[in-house]
Amino acid sequence: MARAAVLGRLTWQLGEVAELIQETPRVSSLVLDVPDWPGHLAGQHVDVRLTAEDGYQAQRSYSIASAPESAQVTLTVERLPDGEVSPYLVGELRTGEKVELRGPIGGYFVWRAGDERPLLLIGGGSGIVPLMAMIRHHAATAAAAPVRLLYSSRSIEDVIYKDELARLTADDTGLAVAHTLTRSQPAGWEGYSRRIDGEMVAEVAWPKKDAPAVFICGPTAFVETASSLLVESGYDPAWIRTERFGATGG
Amino acid sequence: MRQSDLKLDGNAIAGLLREIFTMEMTNAESTCAGCGKVHAVGRVDVYLNAPGVVVRCPACEQVLMRIVRGRGRYWIDLTGTRCLEFKE
Repeated sequence: MARAAVLGRLTWQLGEVAELIQETPRVSSLVLDVPDWPGHLAGQHVDVRLTAEDGYQAQRSYSIASAPESAQVTLTVERLPDGEVSPYLVGELRTGEKVELRGPIGGYFVWRAGDERPLLLIGGGSGIVPLMAMIRHHAATAAAAPVRLLYSSRSIEDVIYKDELARLTADDTGLAVAHTLTRSQPAGWEGYSRRIDGEMVAEVAWPKKDAPAVFICGPTAFVETASSLLVESGYDPAWIRTERFGATGG
Repeated sequence: MRQSDLKLDGNAIAGLLREIFTMEMTNAESTCAGCGKVHAVGRVDVYLNAPGVVVRCPACEQVLMRIVRGRGRYWIDLTGTRCLEFKE
């Protein structure tokens, strides 16, 4: 696994679907067996390519959700109704079938367990996926850095990895999670109930004297809001790494 | 949909850049030929909705790179990038 981020030409390979996990009504995880997987770093992604019978190809990037310590490669994919690739991956693909992928890809939006700075993760919607790889990597290595996650979802039904996050928090792994639900909240909800704002960031983020490592992932507007709020609160922009999804994709 | 919603970042073209450079390029640093600011390639603005890929400087919005792939060839315009620095 230490050989991750291998250099050289990327080649397409086949991964076989070992398991499909429905995370929310619109989001599923694809657990893949990928022969000769070179290992990956937490935060990296793969490109997935579909080829139609007439030769037409469509390609999208999906973040890896599994920890580098995991033998299988898990992708968590949100089904976008108008998408070219995600409706196939979430809905049509079955266990035992194969998907064409290449990776791991990326080296900027990556966290390694040896980094002992306090870690602040901010995710919007399916932007949680690469952050979950970091959280799982943190748990698998019993890493020293304390972790705070601020996770924005539309409703409680849309919260991906809800049970696992609750379990990791209860297990005292050094993870604290703050949820905000922006559209609807269940009765008795004790988390935040609004879009991310300065007050929320001030309550959740590490004080700037801690010089934390920050990873923010989500839709473009969400990422820009969150990073601006942190910089306005005195964070050094060099501490912050972002990954934007945009409104296209699919 | 607003143009700003279509803005991605250099992470979105990590695979394409790896095809071209055969290196992990999102940690590379690019110097804008317009304003001189240096950004990690993972941090620059990327638009995939144009014909080909358009990469812009997040500080001054000047075009840093244009990349077109088709018919088995690449066309790469780096006029707006003064320097790309990366590890061997």
